[in-house]
Amino acid sequence: MSTDSKEMRKVLLGPILDNNPIALQILGVCSALAVTSKLEIALVMSLALTSVVAFSNLFISIIRNFIPSSVRIIVQMTVIASLVIVVDQILKAYSYDISKQLSVFVGLIITNCIVMGRAEAYAMKSPPLMSFLDGIGNGLGYSFVLIVIGTIKEIIGFGTLLGYEILPLVQNGGWYQANGLLILPFSSFFLIGGMIWFIRTIRPAQVEPKE
Amino acid sequence: MSAPKETLGRTIGIVVAVCLVCSIVVSTAAVGLREKQQINQQIDKQTNILDAAGLLEDAAGDVQSTYSKYIEERYIELASGKYVEVTADFDMFKAAKDPEYQVIPTPDIASVFRHSKVVNVYHVKDENGALKRLVLPVYGSGLWGMMYGFLALDGDGNTVRNLVYYDHKETPGLGGEVQNPAWKALWNGKLLFKGGDVAIGLSKTATPDNKYAVDALSGATLTSNGVENTLKFWLSKQGFGNYLSQQPWKA
Repeated sequence: MSTDSKEMRKVLLGPILDNNPIALQILGVCSALAVTSKLEIALVMSLALTSVVAFSNLFISIIRNFIPSSVRIIVQMTVIASLVIVVDQILKAYSYDISKQLSVFVGLIITNCIVMGRAEAYAMKSPPLMSFLDGIGNGLGYSFVLIVIGTIKEIIGFGTLLGYEILPLVQNGGWYQANGLLILPFSSFFLIGGMIWFIRTIRPAQVEPKE
Repeated sequence: MSAPKETLGRTIGIVVAVCLVCSIVVSTAAVGLREKQQINQQIDKQTNILDAAGLLEDAAGDVQSTYSKYIEERYIELASGKYVEVTADFDMFKAAKDPEYQVIPTPDIASVFRHSKVVNVYHVKDENGALKRLVLPVYGSGLWGMMYGFLALDGDGNTVRNLVYYDHKETPGLGGEVQNPAWKALWNGKLLFKGGDVAIGLSKTATPDNKYAVDALSGATLTSNGVENTLKFWLSKQGFGNYLSQQPWKA
């Protein structure tokens, strides 16, 4: 039992720093670039992706012994796509403004490499509970990066956090001149690069060997 | 990977079963949540009308009651410019596809392709019920697709107060700047008609004291042309021209 819970902890918390899907596996970067201009959007996107990864892992793991290997990718895609549509519908019903801002990126969770990657690499070989935890773990790893980037971008780019004023803007009579560069999607490149550098400095084992 | 998994029948059976389950889940979600989504869309539309009407800040989150208090929905027939009555479920965008209402405009300078002969106008009233502004729905093609917006005018039918685009497919950062508050603010106080003709336009050299020109969006010539053509179309006799010259709301 103790090895079991140890394994569970590794599966659940490992992807946050030790095996982060964005920082180490460099998966799912496109959506991380696009939806991090404000923390609120990043949070909702994180939640959407985490639930899709967790449940797609769960369902694929449940039916893994029935999936013919010749069509396994298609079956995985079907499950993932259905979950994404359900998440999109729920967002439209309960969080319309944010779903409008996320626009196509919720739909594009289907093509997010993290979801497919975990389904193929883990859920096809592991029992349901562990797969579910693996999904949540990887979702948390993705969320961790999005939240950090979203926080930095919103504070520097808009002077706010979750819509609350942190740095009073010049336009509103304050002293802070918002940095428009940080609102643009590509600024996440620098920030994600900086994060990868930071994580690899405190976890030198992640540094890739020289070729 | 054991052998029996790979027979053709089994593969097809499993694929069909997965598809069936998934489609049931998806349709349940879509049907079950439709009502809530429609309410959201309606609130969203009302929000945009209130934005054009300049009432969004007063609404302070309570869109529906502010809307029902200050906004009166009316319908006009474009050709005559007169108010008409329609059934409660009338939708000008659905009517544009209905042969009974459809008009295929020629010339079609804004590439609207088709529109309804009866369209919405929104009366914005003040506390005492007197007309403060008119909000007119306008749409036309931009660079990538149809751009839908609301044009808010003063009661004189000539002075622009606001132009709010709520649905478009323009490039973010370039044509998408039609939604930029700083650009939207340029419209306030502009005049539409000079001597009965449509005079408003977008120009690269517009100055703040030119009452008939708004600064075009830089890097978005085709979007700017789309906005200009949309206004020219909807303010002409094909659009609201008759309505705005007869001013039946004053009667």
